Amino acid sequence: MSAPVTAAAGPVIPDYAAQSSSCEIDNRLFCWRWVQHNWGPVLWPALREHVVLALAAVAIGFAISMALALAAHRYGWLERPTTIVTTILYTIPGLALFELLAAPVGLNVFSAEIALVSYTLLILFRNILAGLRSVPAEVLDAAEGTGMSRTQTLLRVELPLALPAIVAGLRIAIVTIIALATIVYVVYDRGLGVPIHTALGEGPFKTELIAAGGLAIGLALLADGLLVLGQRLLTPWARARAS
Amino acid sequence: MGTVPGAGRASAEDGRGPTRTGDPLGVSEALWPAELRALRERRLKASEPGAWARIWAPGRELLLKAADTAHSEGPSAFAQAAELELREVSKRYPGQREPAIRGLSLTVPAGEVCVLVGPSGSGKTTAMRLINRMIPISAGDILLGGRSVLARDPRALRREIGYVIQQIGLFPHQTVGENIATVPRLLGWPKRRIRARVHELLELIGLDAGEMDGRYPAQLSGGQRQRVGVARALAADPPLMLMDEPFGAIDPINRARLQDEFLRLQRQVRKTIVFVTHDIDEAIKMGDRIAILREGGVLAQYDTPREILMRPADGFVAQFVGADRSLKRLALTTLGELQLIEPNGHAEDWLAGAPHTDGMVRVGRETSVRDALATLLGEEGRPLAVVDGDGHVEGLLTLELIERLLSAEAAAV
Repeated sequence: MSAPVTAAAGPVIPDYAAQSSSCEIDNRLFCWRWVQHNWGPVLWPALREHVVLALAAVAIGFAISMALALAAHRYGWLERPTTIVTTILYTIPGLALFELLAAPVGLNVFSAEIALVSYTLLILFRNILAGLRSVPAEVLDAAEGTGMSRTQTLLRVELPLALPAIVAGLRIAIVTIIALATIVYVVYDRGLGVPIHTALGEGPFKTELIAAGGLAIGLALLADGLLVLGQRLLTPWARARAS
Repeated sequence: MGTVPGAGRASAEDGRGPTRTGDPLGVSEALWPAELRALRERRLKASEPGAWARIWAPGRELLLKAADTAHSEGPSAFAQAAELELREVSKRYPGQREPAIRGLSLTVPAGEVCVLVGPSGSGKTTAMRLINRMIPISAGDILLGGRSVLARDPRALRREIGYVIQQIGLFPHQTVGENIATVPRLLGWPKRRIRARVHELLELIGLDAGEMDGRYPAQLSGGQRQRVGVARALAADPPLMLMDEPFGAIDPINRARLQDEFLRLQRQVRKTIVFVTHDIDEAIKMGDRIAILREGGVLAQYDTPREILMRPADGFVAQFVGADRSLKRLALTTLGELQLIEPNGHAEDWLAGAPHTDGMVRVGRETSVRDALATLLGEEGRPLAVVDGDGHVEGLLTLELIERLLSAEAAAV
């Protein structure tokens, strides 16, 4: 207990123990001073890495899901096999998937991202496809009747109208992935999972656990909020109702 | 139902040319020959003396050429409508033994409203959708302005054919203005021209441009949405409009109003129109000609409303138009078209203030005989005073007069 951090595997300030206050030594619930001292060397880098891990996973997952959904929208028979495969990926326990990937891919960013991306596919694929299919038949009929090509119908009518469902999917995906990315440290020691793991290994060291966990939660809420805001800006028609 | 059901029908016969507004050339810049557009660019830049004359001479030729083609076809501010001809058109869906449309032949003269009417299963909507190739034709040919639609790119064809459906199908994520601009945008009109066109159309359909342009469809009433749907179909000034039960989802009172409004609009824009309905009364009101289809997509009769009502081709048509077809016929005639009864020997009295008509119910000369008959029955047979727009009494209407009209028509059969 006297030197909780020096025993950790994560980034450590060599003279940390010397600076420890009684709050840290007693492992009280939350030591603000520790956070101040470790924001620069520990928390901020971990937060940045976490953002990159999560955003990359959702972005890649979104690209793959969009392609799959567009294909399934055009060729209906693709929906079933795609749903089955993405559901299986989704049901694999997170830790197990990381372990499975570690052997063939290695302990690196690729293992981390492959796992994270695979968890976004089901959510995003289903939401995008549902959005595309929610476009009313008469709207599609009008699009065809006014001489729009398939691509024009997709870009000008179907995708804009699918936007609320797509954003709903993105919200679930980003929150899920931000949470899930805290166990990425198993194969790739980056992100908020690293300080959380360190803290857990030390008693747990409550301050670090709360700080890192709180950052993950805050990040998820922030991402969700930004998406809600983005949707409001992108879908002005959704709020327009007869006045 | 009060006003002039027959009013729109005079349109085709009186032979007035198309009404044109907006762009004096009547042709969108996007359709100018490339040389002309390049020329214009240069002209805008030209500043040195003499450049104007050098450019103008060949430019004038091109402008005249463009103006000529605008008359024959192509999007312009209410360009000429085109004749539509269906030649032995058949449609058989794969896997079905009976065709949906069987050897349908009919010609719709330019600028006329042809109503396709029939019971469900008669293929009227199918027939309409064959025209803009939203359903592929199995056999036969369709000519629009003398050109086979089969030779056209389907999307280019559809941009030239206005399309209105019962559910309207406005794009909910686009404003009224954007909805109306759909086809002009697909055609690549310049922005300024699109804006002007949208405002012109909003005015035409009686909506306040400043207020409505930026609204979303969800903020409109059913009738307003319907009007916007019609404006969207008219936007690129198509020579032909297809309308599938356009007023089917509107309540009866507003439907009558929209019908009247549409007939007024049609007198202005003079489109060739194919109008689908299952309602024979609407067909009689809207159609210059009516094509009655029976089950299996067979044409039972193609004629003017008056002919169909007076001389139904067979039992099916007679039954479809209804036992009250003499009454429906009365709806086709307005009081102004009748030889009204002169007030007996008191002509001066009538003109001088007509004390005798004081107690009489007055009806406008634009009223249909059918509506006047209803009023007459309510008055227990007392004569009605028919007045013109200024309230001057033109003559009297009695039950005997209507009887005489019916028997005269019957004798003509």
